[in-house]
Amino acid sequence: FGELRAGRPRAHLVCVLLIVFVAAASASHDAPQDGTHDPTNVTHKKGFPVLLFNYDHVRTPFEISLWILLALLMKLGFHVIPRVSQVVPESCLLIVVGLLVGGFIKAIGEKAPALDDTLFFLYLLPPIILDAGYFLPVRPFTENVGTILVFAVVGTLWNAFFMGGVMYGVCQLEGGQLASVDLLSCLLFGSIVSAVDPVAVLAVFEEIHINELLHILVFGESLLNDAVTVVLYHLFKEFSAVGTVTVLDGVLAVVCFFVVSLGGLLVGAIYGVLGAFTSRFTSHTRVIEPLFVFLYSYMAYLSAEVFHLSGIMSLIACGVTMRPYVEANVSHKSYTTIKYFLKMWSSVSETLIFIFLGVSTVAGPHAWNWTFVVVTVVLCLVSRVMGVIGLTYVINKFRIVKLTKKDQFIVAYGGLRGAIAYSLGFLLPDHPMKTLFLTAIITVVFFTVFVQGMTIRPLVELLAVKKKKETRRSINEEIHTQFLDHLLTGIEGVCGHYGHHHWKDKLNRFNKTYVKRWLIAGERSMEPQLISFYNKMEMRQAMMMVESGSSAKLPGLISMQNIQPKVESRGRTIPKISKGREEEIRRILRSNLQQTKQRLRSYSRHDLFADPFEDMNENLSEMRFRKQRVEMERRVRLRVNEGRSAEERLFCRVFPISA
Amino acid sequence: MGASQTRTEDVFQELSDKTGFSLEQIRILHKRFRQLSGEEDTISKENLEKIQALDKNPIRNQIIEAFFDKRNQNDGEVGSSREIGFQQFVKVMCHFKPPTLKMTTEDKEAMRREKLRFLFNMHDTDNDGTITLDEYRKVVEELLSKSGAIGLEAAKAIADAAMLEVASINVPHMEPHEFYEGITFEHFEQILKGLEMESRMNIRFLDVDTSTMHCGKSQ
Repeated sequence: FGELRAGRPRAHLVCVLLIVFVAAASASHDAPQDGTHDPTNVTHKKGFPVLLFNYDHVRTPFEISLWILLALLMKLGFHVIPRVSQVVPESCLLIVVGLLVGGFIKAIGEKAPALDDTLFFLYLLPPIILDAGYFLPVRPFTENVGTILVFAVVGTLWNAFFMGGVMYGVCQLEGGQLASVDLLSCLLFGSIVSAVDPVAVLAVFEEIHINELLHILVFGESLLNDAVTVVLYHLFKEFSAVGTVTVLDGVLAVVCFFVVSLGGLLVGAIYGVLGAFTSRFTSHTRVIEPLFVFLYSYMAYLSAEVFHLSGIMSLIACGVTMRPYVEANVSHKSYTTIKYFLKMWSSVSETLIFIFLGVSTVAGPHAWNWTFVVVTVVLCLVSRVMGVIGLTYVINKFRIVKLTKKDQFIVAYGGLRGAIAYSLGFLLPDHPMKTLFLTAIITVVFFTVFVQGMTIRPLVELLAVKKKKETRRSINEEIHTQFLDHLLTGIEGVCGHYGHHHWKDKLNRFNKTYVKRWLIAGERSMEPQLISFYNKMEMRQAMMMVESGSSAKLPGLISMQNIQPKVESRGRTIPKISKGREEEIRRILRSNLQQTKQRLRSYSRHDLFADPFEDMNENLSEMRFRKQRVEMERRVRLRVNEGRSAEERLFCRVFPISA
Repeated sequence: MGASQTRTEDVFQELSDKTGFSLEQIRILHKRFRQLSGEEDTISKENLEKIQALDKNPIRNQIIEAFFDKRNQNDGEVGSSREIGFQQFVKVMCHFKPPTLKMTTEDKEAMRREKLRFLFNMHDTDNDGTITLDEYRKVVEELLSKSGAIGLEAAKAIADAAMLEVASINVPHMEPHEFYEGITFEHFEQILKGLEMESRMNIRFLDVDTSTMHCGKSQ
């Protein structure tokens, strides 16, 4: 408690200092430039300048770093204050900070930086989506892909048209300032504000640990509705200028939708395959491995954006395609690097997005109209609920495991809007109603993030919604998952129809025979999944053991002895070993372990130190050996008082008489 | 002719009430049964072995054996039949039905237990009520059987690790001299608790007859 108390004022002090810095930085346009030379007139000789102030030179990187630092210190600050972060989701707190900073900057008369769309779409959004896509749990996603697509496509279309239509009606009824809003503008507004936002969903759902099915439904929907949003947005934007939409345009829009989504997926898949293929050859340049992952993914996003395809879907496709092959090829360190860099960037991006959202709210021009804004917020909720209920009714006819009312409620309530809607609004060309729209969008975003974000956690508790399973998958579960896959495929075969499992099985076999051979280096390409899982588990356990330094972490006191049938261990003649032989054995054991250490190469900036855990292939058996050695040491210590001598037992373990 | 048809309809209705399948689903299953048995009233192991779809399946033999296992009929008998009739066929298929929306938590628990029992019977080949280390090793070997030589060596290690895990979770404090006999049904339930069998071990049963819509072999 004492530590916390000390931390709080310190964090706050630094925050205040930083805010002052930021304000000072943005306010200092005319930093005096000392030391400028006048080439033609060297009449006076000034004293040699000891200290100069040249801010303009480093201005941009300095400000960017300062903003990022501020964002991260805020994040740090929240976790120092325990109670607040449990009630209020982080995203809300960050928006509030943004509001404060924006207010401060405005108060001192400066122009606050707005969340401009280039910054958002090209720099802040991709890391979050890549992080989500790379670590997307593929199995639940593919099992529910039908449901997700229905929600994403049909649900978003319903939301957009319903909202647009009803808004138009309301505007006409209301008259006055709103009468000038025509149908197309309303539809455009509807299409912007109807899409569920992946950033907001991630930020809120991260903290409530809901079960896998619901998480993947809402999150998958937020990712896949990007294609719909892109098409609708462009369609209405184009024709909002013209004024009319013909049937032909409608048909073209449908075609465009397929092109945008499938094209995005294709681009992503191509880059994914390229990335996987590249990673096959990186065994000698481990240091740059993570960069390939990041760059290929970013290129996939940018390439898709060039053609106005769905960048988000492209990024997801790239990450999902690349991942299994890259993970089989890269070293353990690169895997950790990729994981942590992705998490780091996405965390920073998310923080910055929410802070900027707050700042832009204060900065941006606003046009408040009570009717418009309130109707928008209410409509958002109503259309979402209606959409989810209606669609679930249809979907449940096709699902094996139906969605319950509780599930429907969470899906409906979890439909949060976020920064994407705001940026799309920002992107609008100078439309007469732009400020009105922006205000309404910001209000909806605030409402969903604050109200829905804060209340979803107590609601989840109240409704006793199933939470996420916390423990890691065990080897038994993995065995049975595979067993079930084959069993269900087999039963489908007996029943005679080609179902879901049949096609999945075919895809797996195709993957194993053709794709893996091209994209995975060396022997790992032939490794069945169960064995890779087992190896990974062993590796993890061995690392845990080495890190903890002792055998204290070994699960329980159960060992092989307890499960091997007694017949094997009885009747084993243990030869008496001489002291000399013992010494020899000890020497062999010791030197074996030392050999790994001697593989250190001479120091070079571009080399990683050789590490026993670097190449799983070569060192797995060695690790197993080490693990066994630790285990046998422990058991030797335990059984010191029993009949057999410790050395004899050591001998038996090292040279087991195979049954 | 008419009398026998109404009799079959009655039989179907009775089966539908007993097992929970819809009448249409039972009719489709019956059609498939006739196809497999070659228009006979019973099917034997040879009939099932002829199914092409099962060729590439590593646990083919276990699946076929499960149909003839008397324990899955819940009659209290043990052993293996040589032939089964339509009723027994449907009874086995019953294990793969999905849960309905109207089921209570207790119903779901019962369904889960039934499905786990089916899996347990598949592993416990000697009918003694426990899965011993050898039986478990065999299971993993079969799973990896289509993967060549790498499979066999690793199968032993994997089965051992899995058994260790079961023992550690269920009987955490065993003395070094105690011996863990085998996985009992309770332990089996315990280790697979996280998988939620009632949501996973399901296949879609057709409500609409699509067997005539196949282009190509449907066997």
